[in-house]
Order: sequence, then C-alpha cells, then structure tokens
Amino acid sequence: MSFRGTDTYIATDDLRVAVNAAIALERPLLVKGEPGTGKTILAHEIAKSLNKPLIQWHIKSTIKAQQGLYEYDAVSRLRDSQLGEARVHDIGNYIVRGKLWEAFEADSAPVLLIDEIDKADIEFPNDLLLELDRMEFYVYETRQTIKARQRPVVVITSNNEKELPDAFLRRCFFHYIRFPDRDTMQRIVDVHFPKLRHDLVREALTVFYEVRDTPGLKKKPSTSELLDWLKLLMVEDMPPEALRAKDAKTMIPPLHGALLKNEQDIHLFERLAFMARRERGN
Amino acid sequence: MFPSFFLALRDARVPVSLKEYLTLMEAMRAGIAEYSLEDFYYLSRSCLVKDERNLDKFDRVFGKCFEGIESLAEGLEAEIPEDWLRALAERILTEEEKAKIESLGGWEKLMETLKKRLEEQKERHAGGSKWIGTAGTSPFGAYGYNPEGVRIGQDGSRHRRAVKVWDKREFKNFDDTAELGTRNIKVALRRLRRWARQGAATELDLPGTINSTARNAGSLDLRMVPERHNSVKVLLFLDVGGSMDDHIRTCDELFSAARSEFKHLEHYYFHNCVYEGVWRDNRRRDERAETWSVINTYPADYKLVFVGDASMSPYEIAYPGASVEHWNEEAGTVWMQRILGAFPHAVWLNPVAKQDSWDYTPSIGMIRQLMNGRMFPLTLAGLDSAMRELSR
Repeated sequence: MSFRGTDTYIATDDLRVAVNAAIALERPLLVKGEPGTGKTILAHEIAKSLNKPLIQWHIKSTIKAQQGLYEYDAVSRLRDSQLGEARVHDIGNYIVRGKLWEAFEADSAPVLLIDEIDKADIEFPNDLLLELDRMEFYVYETRQTIKARQRPVVVITSNNEKELPDAFLRRCFFHYIRFPDRDTMQRIVDVHFPKLRHDLVREALTVFYEVRDTPGLKKKPSTSELLDWLKLLMVEDMPPEALRAKDAKTMIPPLHGALLKNEQDIHLFERLAFMARRERGN
Repeated sequence: MFPSFFLALRDARVPVSLKEYLTLMEAMRAGIAEYSLEDFYYLSRSCLVKDERNLDKFDRVFGKCFEGIESLAEGLEAEIPEDWLRALAERILTEEEKAKIESLGGWEKLMETLKKRLEEQKERHAGGSKWIGTAGTSPFGAYGYNPEGVRIGQDGSRHRRAVKVWDKREFKNFDDTAELGTRNIKVALRRLRRWARQGAATELDLPGTINSTARNAGSLDLRMVPERHNSVKVLLFLDVGGSMDDHIRTCDELFSAARSEFKHLEHYYFHNCVYEGVWRDNRRRDERAETWSVINTYPADYKLVFVGDASMSPYEIAYPGASVEHWNEEAGTVWMQRILGAFPHAVWLNPVAKQDSWDYTPSIGMIRQLMNGRMFPLTLAGLDSAMRELSR
C-alpha cells in the first residue's frame, strides 16, 4: 500500500517519500506550501489512490478541538426538558459526533483531512495532541472511551498563519510543497489537459513564469490559477500565436484575470509591459 | 554515522528531538528509504524538519555529513566535463561567502586573482595549493581546507549530473535568521500583528454564556473571554542618514503597515545616537522636537522601539560635544538613560547581522549595555524575540 501519485496528480519524489512514511508509520502528515500548490487536493488524491474514504474537516477560526471529537448539545436537551420529552433522560442522545470520532469508528481506515489548521485558535493543535497520537479519546458525559478501529491516514494542511507548537510538530511528518519547476508544471498540465496543443502549453508556461517572475507582485499566480487560465484559453480557443504576439496591444496576456487577482498587480504589470515596449521601440 | 548526523543537526540549531530521531529509525526499518540516498534525504527531511525555516540549515548539515557517499558509489573515475569551470560564472555567491571574501581583501581583488588563475590554468587540477581545483588548500575551488576559501560549484562541476538536491539550498529564503527584505516582510508583519493583539481585559462571552446557562438547565451562568482589541502603543525611533538607510526604511514601512494594529504609533528620527532633539520627518530638516517634550508627552506604557546600526564612534555616545552634527551639551548616554527611564519597555533592533560585528564594534556593545542587552538583530527571529521582550 503505497502512494505514487495518481493520473490527475503529479507527486514529486520528496512528496511521495513523505506521504509513504506517514502512511507506513501511521503518523499525521503536515503539509505546508504556497496557496494553490495542491495541499488540500493531496488528501483527496491519497484517498483516491489508496481507495479509502475521505473525511474532511475544514478548520475555521471559531472551531474548537473538542468539536472534532464530539459536542454535547446542551441547548436541545434544555428545550426537550422544557417540553417534557422522554429522551431527555439519556445524555447519550445529545452527544453529536465530530469528524475525528467519525474517522475512528469508520469500517475501513479512512483518510482524514484537517484543512488549514493554522486558522484555528493557537491552542487548537495542543488540544488534539493525545487524540492524534493514541487515536483515542474519552467522552466524559457518557463515560466511554472511543478508540480508533484502524488508524486513519491523517493529512494536515497549514498556510503558516500561526506557528504550530513543537510538541505537535514532533508527532508529525512534515512536507513543504515547493512551487513546481517548469518540467513538473508541464507534467501537471499534461495530466489535467491531455488534449491541449503542445505549442499552446509551451507558450502559456512561458507567459506564466514571466508573470510569476515579475518583481513586486502582491499575489503570485500559482498552479491552480495556471490551470484555470489554461481552461479559459481552451474554451476561448486561443491560438498560441496570440500568446506570443508581443506587439503594442497585447503586452498583457489575454484573459489575464485568471492569473492576476488584484488591481495593483494588473497595474504593475501594465506599467512594466509599457516600459518594456518603450525600450524595444528605441 | 546517524547519531553524528543527529548531533550535527542539533549543533546547527535545527530543533530535532530524540523522538523524531527514533521516528526516522523506525521509518528506516520499515524500509521507506529503500537504499537510495535521495530517498533517505527526503525521508530524513520529512522526519526531522518541521518548519520550512529550518530546511536550509538541514540541507547544509546533510550535505556536510553525507558528502562523498554518492560519488563513492559511482566510482572515482567519473568523467570530467570540459566545461566544469563554466559553473564558476553562473555561481552566485551567498552572503556567508561574500563575508569570507572580505577576509581575503575584498571582492575585486579576489575576482582579479581568480581570473588570472583561470587564464593560467588549462586543465582540471586536484590537490596542491595554488591552482583552482578540488581538495586543495588554495582559497579557490571546492572541498578545500583553506577556511577562507571560496566554495565554487562544489557538485555541479564534478560530475556530469545535476546538482544534488540538498546542495541547491532552495529553502534559503525561509531561513528566519536572514535579514528582513520584501520577501519575508509579510511574515514579519504577521508577527507584529500577533504581538499587537496580545493582552487585554475580558469581555462577556455571549455564546459561551448561553451555552453554559443551557448546560446549567436554565439558571444563568456568566462566561468571560479575553477581549481582542489592540492596546499596544508604539514609539518608533529610527536612525537615518547612514549606510543602513535601506534597512531602516524597510523597518519603517513594516511598522507603518502594521499601523492599524496599534492603538498609537509615533515615529521619530535621529542620527546615530539620541541627543536633546529628534525629528518628525526623516530628512531631519523641519519639525524638530525636544527629546524632553517627547519624554513628557507620552505615558510610560508606550513601547519604545529603536532601529539603528548603533555603529559610530564610542565618543558619540559617551562624551558631551561629540555628536558628528552639532554640539551636544550632554552625552548620548545621559539621553539614552533618560529615555529608557521614562519608557521601561524598550528594544533596539539592529540591521547589522549579529555574528559579524556586534562583538567587534565598541559602540554596539555600549548601546547594548545601555539597553540592558535588549538589542536584537533585524531578522524575523530577532523581531520575534524583540516582540516577546516587549510584551513581557
């Protein structure tokens, strides 16, 4: 049982080793990297290639670690008690299972994605230490211990907005997804758009890396933006020449809205393009 | 070999613990690396490094500990490409290397000698003490023993193969001991924001109260949470008009960008050391303010942040009348002590990289002493410790 990338996901060697280490030793895998380099998709693809169900837990700033285990729905119990319902006497009726519980109790070991763990409160990772280490937790209200039937493959992503505690990091494998180089990018594009004309891809990649190398961009376009842009180019049936044409009007790549997401960046790019054109004119 | 690798990592201040080391051993036993050095590199990186800031340090240690292993496996008779020296031109020297070059009498001189040697030399050379080559004692070349030597394209030039992954040092920009620049200014900003949000009174937690009231079967139970408002007030003193202007501008921009996070942010400018007057604008022409009035205007809960290289003549700090720009009646020390007495929470951020010259520049030592050791390098890590110091 090992991960080698799928027909829609190109895994570099270092990523493959990290994923396989995490699977073999049953430890969580922490994935960081620029936005849009396929951190979240990775969990989807691991699930797909190992043929396991995927359980996703998307973290928001308000989410508490406890919610991943279970929640005690006290409010509905209060309401039931006021209405005199019979089920109010069994507290077990008001325990709502969280994503971790779901993953622990699954029939076959699932892939559990904890997405953007850095969005949560600073104590969040610490509160999950024991649960992720031993894969068990205790439900105080019903006095039962929930233990994982099979240890799930845990993938955790982070956008680096908060630092994670050392104790938590010590228990994980870590992988930093680098921005793919041109060859890797070519392979990524190939698996996504196998029918795309090669000359178009070549031109598009050149333009893409040019845009990325523009100094001072606020938000550099990433893999996901490139794929969106290519899709647009395909829909519009853009000929490769249109990308190559470096004449006055088309210094800005066509359909640049998919690549440059904010106004300052577009202005900056326009200005640079204008200056480049003037130099060439001289 | 592995224990020494582990210890070398610890020496290089990569935070690895025994637990991670054991994990690596476990993974090795599980056969994940499969006898390939490259896979072993990826595996050990994934086990031992938990933060992209440490990846570069890891690469360096890995390269040092395991150098030569692969070339042994490939046999020593590897063919030498004709253009093995061409890499020299492409090689971009790192900061450390540049510092070493300084010790050889500067870049110009070194490159001149290097060029001369390159012209004289017609073939690959190993050993010896003059020619550019490998394993020699000449300052030029690779794998040499001259501590002042320039390390040139160590691997790229030796075999007809790509540079080893760990020799590429792709993660250099994540190293948080690097100086602040546009690249990592975002992260620095985040640190400042986090600092600005710390510490405040409590407020009523409405959802928490409803929740616990319900839990209590209807009888009221109040809950409080820490209020998240920005209470930090900052007094920023920037040293302008020197070689460090670029760094100081960076820092100025940094704090201004975080302005919305502070309750108040006030800028003042000075040159080299603070005396009886400071300026509100960075050209230091108009808007001069008396230092006394600054001390008396702001209450003591302002956090004081100095940014400056603190590199000057020691007299400028210690003696009256020693300022380079005007006649100061009282010495810099007196004024520094006055300000520090008025604002107990203070730090000094220094753009001069710590290891280089903090110990060799007397004035830095003096200012540091005046600040009670609260001087930090202007790097992400330094900024971090400075903020921690200020929020104590």
